[in-house]
Amino acid sequence: MGFQPVKFYQTGTFTVGNRLLAADERSLQSGETRSNSINSGHRACQGCGEALGARYAIDAAMAASNNQVIAANATGCLEVFSTPYPESSWQVPWIHSLFGNAAAVATGIAAAMKVKGRTEVRVVAQGGDGGTTDIGFGCLSGMFERNDDVLYICYDNGGYMNTGVQRSSATPPAARTATTMPVGPEPGNPFGQGKNVPEIAMAHNIPYVATATVADLRDLEYKVRKAMSMHGARYIQIFVPCPLGWGSASHDTIRLARMAKESGTFPVFEAEYGEVTGVLKIRHKISVDEYMKPQRRFAHLFGKNANPETIARIQSIADRNIRKYGLLEEECN
Amino acid sequence: MLKQTEGSKAVAEAVALCRPEVICAYPISPQTHIVEALGEMVKSGSLTPCEFINVESEFAAMSVAIGASAAGARSYTATASQGLLFMAEAVYNASGLGLPIVMTVANRAIGAPINIWNDHSDSLSQRDSGWMQLFAETNQEALDLHIQAFRLAEELSMPIMVCMDGFILTHAFERVDMPSQEQVDSYLPRFEPRQVLDPAEPVSIGAMVGPEAFMEVRYLAHAKQMQALERIPQLSAQFKEIFGRDSGGLVRTYRTEDAETIIIAMGSVLGTIKDTVDEMRAEGHKIGVLGIISYRPFPLEQVKAALINCRRFVVLEKSLAVGMGGIVATDVRMAVTGTGLKGYTAIAGLGGRPITKASLHQLFRQAELDELPQVTFLDLDWDAVNKQLERERKTRRSGPAAENILHDKGLVSAKFG
Repeated sequence: MGFQPVKFYQTGTFTVGNRLLAADERSLQSGETRSNSINSGHRACQGCGEALGARYAIDAAMAASNNQVIAANATGCLEVFSTPYPESSWQVPWIHSLFGNAAAVATGIAAAMKVKGRTEVRVVAQGGDGGTTDIGFGCLSGMFERNDDVLYICYDNGGYMNTGVQRSSATPPAARTATTMPVGPEPGNPFGQGKNVPEIAMAHNIPYVATATVADLRDLEYKVRKAMSMHGARYIQIFVPCPLGWGSASHDTIRLARMAKESGTFPVFEAEYGEVTGVLKIRHKISVDEYMKPQRRFAHLFGKNANPETIARIQSIADRNIRKYGLLEEECN
Repeated sequence: MLKQTEGSKAVAEAVALCRPEVICAYPISPQTHIVEALGEMVKSGSLTPCEFINVESEFAAMSVAIGASAAGARSYTATASQGLLFMAEAVYNASGLGLPIVMTVANRAIGAPINIWNDHSDSLSQRDSGWMQLFAETNQEALDLHIQAFRLAEELSMPIMVCMDGFILTHAFERVDMPSQEQVDSYLPRFEPRQVLDPAEPVSIGAMVGPEAFMEVRYLAHAKQMQALERIPQLSAQFKEIFGRDSGGLVRTYRTEDAETIIIAMGSVLGTIKDTVDEMRAEGHKIGVLGIISYRPFPLEQVKAALINCRRFVVLEKSLAVGMGGIVATDVRMAVTGTGLKGYTAIAGLGGRPITKASLHQLFRQAELDELPQVTFLDLDWDAVNKQLERERKTRRSGPAAENILHDKGLVSAKFG
């Protein structure tokens, strides 16, 4: 691949570029050696967090494996927007089979590579939260339990966005979706439901589990690289805001991802063999309503029909995350 | 080498001789003995290199096979009944993607009511999935068909089910002639995939295809099966050259010369039918048999050619198109369209109901007299059916039908037959 101009920005320590950092601390994505695994020209919405997350993750996986990656993809936005026949954005060998079997297809690829002695080839499976936490959960758990040599990446945008924003088991409480409308005495998605798949993954005692957001690129790249340095079943859940499904501005994708982490709504941590080994601390704590206000899926919690109790319940969930994972720096008196 | 062995074990050994690289296993009766035997071979190191993966469901079994096949590995799995239905989405996907996976289907009924015994409802439910389906008559043929199946599947880049009757074949100990590794190697070349996931040559497989190309892709599956109609007899002939026996092919006739009545069937019941026909021939009846080995692709021409000189045929099938009649019979009738032949359908052996020579004698003699209805349900207990229908007429809350009938009969299946 020839020279490719890369734009650099100096707007903060979290940005993709940042020439103020030492060369070895800069993100892979800011360098011209990145593999561009998902090429431009795909049909993701403006501001799509998943397209961004997938690009960062697969480029990092490629860099960590000397470009020896095969990807298996679940049905969903990522699959649809990246491969409108006969075009494909994928610069890596890529297969899409079904909605609920990406983990198992990846297991098959890994088995084929093993039997052929091609140990240099690494396998990444990927899907949205619906394809991971719901319909693909059986295959995912089976792949974890057998400790197959697969890195599974879940792009979590909290719903079935490809089919028109329906509720998944990763949809947050009170959120409006097409199947949890903001009507009736308890508008939006019910409280007390849903799955915490990173914790379920940890319960399988697999070598590596991590969460990340598209707001902190270096952390995401670090986690993918770390996962790729290990063998066996590995799981990374990347928080990827969806402007279409959330009713948020497309320029707010990274800001909302950061706010999810800074409010404690989405704890960012990593774990090895079922034990948490590191958390990303909250730098500037915000309340959950600050995070929710820019999203129309939570609009019914604000304005004239506002219900402070509901917001308080959501705040208490975030507070529990903060306590449980130790997301705040120890305060020194 | 001649040996006395269980059908499942014979198939497992034949599959091993085909040098599979990835085997996915999920237990469901009556195919379990096949994957158990293969698992032992892989674990002991006698089958190597091969990855044996204990998956968490049949859906995963087929999905793992899809991934492995797309990555260029010769892939095999086995299933039956509910398992085949549970993997159905992936079954269609494998053929849609053109992946030459070979799968044994140890034919078994589909519930409810839950039933582990043999009929052909399972694989026939996947009739239109794009998989080829070859039916074995004996254990020897079951093992031979697996060797031919890998060759045909990989040549056409399409998947194949080798169907063998659950328990009747899978669990029966019979004499088989087990080929040598050299024989199989000379018949079955290395797997050269048409498409392969490889970082050295990245391809996208499984893209979204809209109305502009979907029909063409789907037609290709049909075209492949039409090619298989040509290749199956050729591969069977080549098989004979190396292995020295007739096995496979599209159809097989038995004593059809001068036959006025021809009985058509698939699978192990052909043995009972042939015995019955032998006895009737000895009494001077002009009766013969047509066995269908290749159910998909369906050999319309060969079936027509085999039937053209008879007066009538009876399709005896272990399957039921509920609300219509026969499944195989419909295909046979399609083959003889315009010939004016009389055709009868006999639904037999559902859920393992024994198909006895006595019943067949009666059925065939009635057919010869043209006294059969369009559809016959062989050995159906009409009293039991009518009693339940009467119960339902009388009482709204008549309760679960299967349990009522079992109660009326006062039998357990082990004592039946």
